[in-house]
Amino acid sequence: MKMVMRIDCKGLYYRKQNKIIRNAAEEGETEFILDNVNGQRYIGSGIEKKIKITVNGVPGNDLAMFMNGPTIIVNANAQDGVANTMNAGEVIVHGSAGDVIGYGMRGGKLYVKGDVGYRAGIHAKEYKKQVPIIIAGGVAGDFCGEYMAGGILVLLGLNRGEGVPIAGNYLGTGMHGGVIYIRGEVDEYTLGKEVSVLQLDSKDMKVLTKHLKEYCEHFELDLDEIMSEPFVKLQPVSSRPYGSLYAY
Amino acid sequence: MTSELPPEFIVKIDYNMCRRCKRCVMNCSFGCMHFTDRVVPEHKLCVACQRCVTFCPEHAITITKNELAYKENANWSPETRQNILKQAETGGILLTGMGNPRDYPILWDHLLVDACQVTNPSIDPLREPMELRTFLGRKPDRLEFVESEDGEIDLATEIEPQVRLDVPIVFGAMSYGAVSLSVHRSLAMAAARSGTLMNTGEGGLHRELYPYSGNIIVQVASGRFGVHSEYLNTSAMVEIKIGQGAKPGIGGHLPGEKVDEDISKTRMIPVGSDAISPAPHHDIYSIEDLSQLIYAIKEATDYEKPVSVKISAVHNVAAIASGIVRAGADVVTIDGFRGGTGAAPMVIRDNVGIPIELALAAVDQRLRDEGIRNNASIICAGGIRNSGDMAKAIALGADAVVIGTAALVALGCRICQKCYTGNCAWGIATQRPELVRRLDPQVGAERLTNLLTAWSLELKEILGSLGVNSIESLRGSRERLRGIGLDSQTLELLGVKPAGVGQ
Repeated sequence: MKMVMRIDCKGLYYRKQNKIIRNAAEEGETEFILDNVNGQRYIGSGIEKKIKITVNGVPGNDLAMFMNGPTIIVNANAQDGVANTMNAGEVIVHGSAGDVIGYGMRGGKLYVKGDVGYRAGIHAKEYKKQVPIIIAGGVAGDFCGEYMAGGILVLLGLNRGEGVPIAGNYLGTGMHGGVIYIRGEVDEYTLGKEVSVLQLDSKDMKVLTKHLKEYCEHFELDLDEIMSEPFVKLQPVSSRPYGSLYAY
Repeated sequence: MTSELPPEFIVKIDYNMCRRCKRCVMNCSFGCMHFTDRVVPEHKLCVACQRCVTFCPEHAITITKNELAYKENANWSPETRQNILKQAETGGILLTGMGNPRDYPILWDHLLVDACQVTNPSIDPLREPMELRTFLGRKPDRLEFVESEDGEIDLATEIEPQVRLDVPIVFGAMSYGAVSLSVHRSLAMAAARSGTLMNTGEGGLHRELYPYSGNIIVQVASGRFGVHSEYLNTSAMVEIKIGQGAKPGIGGHLPGEKVDEDISKTRMIPVGSDAISPAPHHDIYSIEDLSQLIYAIKEATDYEKPVSVKISAVHNVAAIASGIVRAGADVVTIDGFRGGTGAAPMVIRDNVGIPIELALAAVDQRLRDEGIRNNASIICAGGIRNSGDMAKAIALGADAVVIGTAALVALGCRICQKCYTGNCAWGIATQRPELVRRLDPQVGAERLTNLLTAWSLELKEILGSLGVNSIESLRGSRERLRGIGLDSQTLELLGVKPAGVGQ
């Protein structure tokens, strides 16, 4: 059996660290454990192999950017730009994540146990069966799901304080594709003007349950308890929100 | 509301010459030509794209301005009044295509090139070698060498990745979506034949063009359309698009009319939806953030490709360019306010930005003053119309120039400015299959290759007359330029002396 490659990242420059991972992955290494990670950027960036990386410590910005296949498990919080323009693979964050997570995400899964920052899922895309999925267990900042052109974004709002809204203002603003599922209610005034609130149908429930089941397994949560509260879904009113903006 | 807009053009058909072949009806993609018992034009729909005129076998069609549609007035031009009527009828932002057509000064036409007489003789490029080759990328501050035990001298300095251009002209960024696949194919083939680069623009790269990877700049813009690791690596260079000369500071909407099944697949957005590029990249709010994206791309391409950052020419362009170079860019592309577009709000295109001549001179000077000019190549875009403009741009400090509009004109574009409608009769700015077919990529590639060949020959003539034999000797050599009809402050900004002044 192959040994797991363990790297002590204390004081290790990101460029060197990522080079070690890339080269080892090229040579067939499939599993990595990074210890003492402290802000190193671009972990897993652009890697095409189906490797597994466990990050112990807080990774730097653009974790899994352009990533195309690997699984990354972060046993701490993550910073900005997680899964930026990611194409395939999985990122599981056992904490909270920063701003612009899943920017332009094209596929794969991003599961965050805690909260997410501003502009989560901005400009996520999809084509036929390639649909990115972002699930955040906590709350999201302003401009969540901005410009979404595809993909599935789920906010659960777990463990939030009294009176804390599940998402900030301008939720789904500029959205013209994809879907956002929200556990509980969402105040109308927080919505971007390009989305409307709809009830879930049986097809939605099937999709949502499937992904949440997987999410709950990662974080040892009770699916039934999460599903005990009703969800609403946000979808764009039009696929051409700015179609009538111009004089031809 | 019924439209009160008078027709902009009048289509005249000489019925004595017309033999009712209906070719004009078939060729008009704007629905202007009808056939009852004879051809009847619906003047209001004419955009003066000249397709029917060109393809009428009897030359029976002429298009003229609707001269007295608006009574003459030096202050209230027909266009101004037409725009007010359009907005009164729709309440919308005026949309337009192509570059800024207004009567602003064109500084290229106020610059003149030197030549040799008697001393330092000129060179005949027809018989002597002329070097047009250029390398884009970061150049080292100094070169260090080591001597091995057997006396061999080797270069010790590590050279950053460079892209070789056989001609100092690259094709402008025009996205698949804004232009047709036939245009992309023509550009890619011509770039490969001429030893230069085409630029994908922000709409991704069609799989059919992957074999041309050595001649392609792939762009990463705020919409991140078609951006994935394979795309980044299918390139000679990667470009981060921050701005575009035709629309500085604003994003883009590719109209849903142009988003068909193939565009939807390449961009990963729903068919028929507008492809929205936000104004900023939402992961870039500072020079530090820009640096983060530059190095994200370098990580994903294993530091094997130069990264370019493209910005529009705005007031503070020199300081911004300095920041870009310090952020780690290997190439800075500056796009002047004459640069083209597939769709932009008219008020932005016609009023925002500065001329490329001044922006280029300011950036080159600033980078020299700061001692970082070697850290990045400068590409000059937005308003290069001929080889004379190119030579002047190189003398002002450009490493290479970009042609976008000129390339489209070579492919048949008549600059009718209706790119945003998706109805381009010349098969250029359209996705309608029956129109795209009108542009044969083989013919297109040949026309583009011819244009680059012609400009290269002309550039060699200019170099020869200057008595130099490589563009390296012209680059940044502002002493070889003189200004005419320019005020002293403009001359100072351009770093050139007025015509009539010697050494």
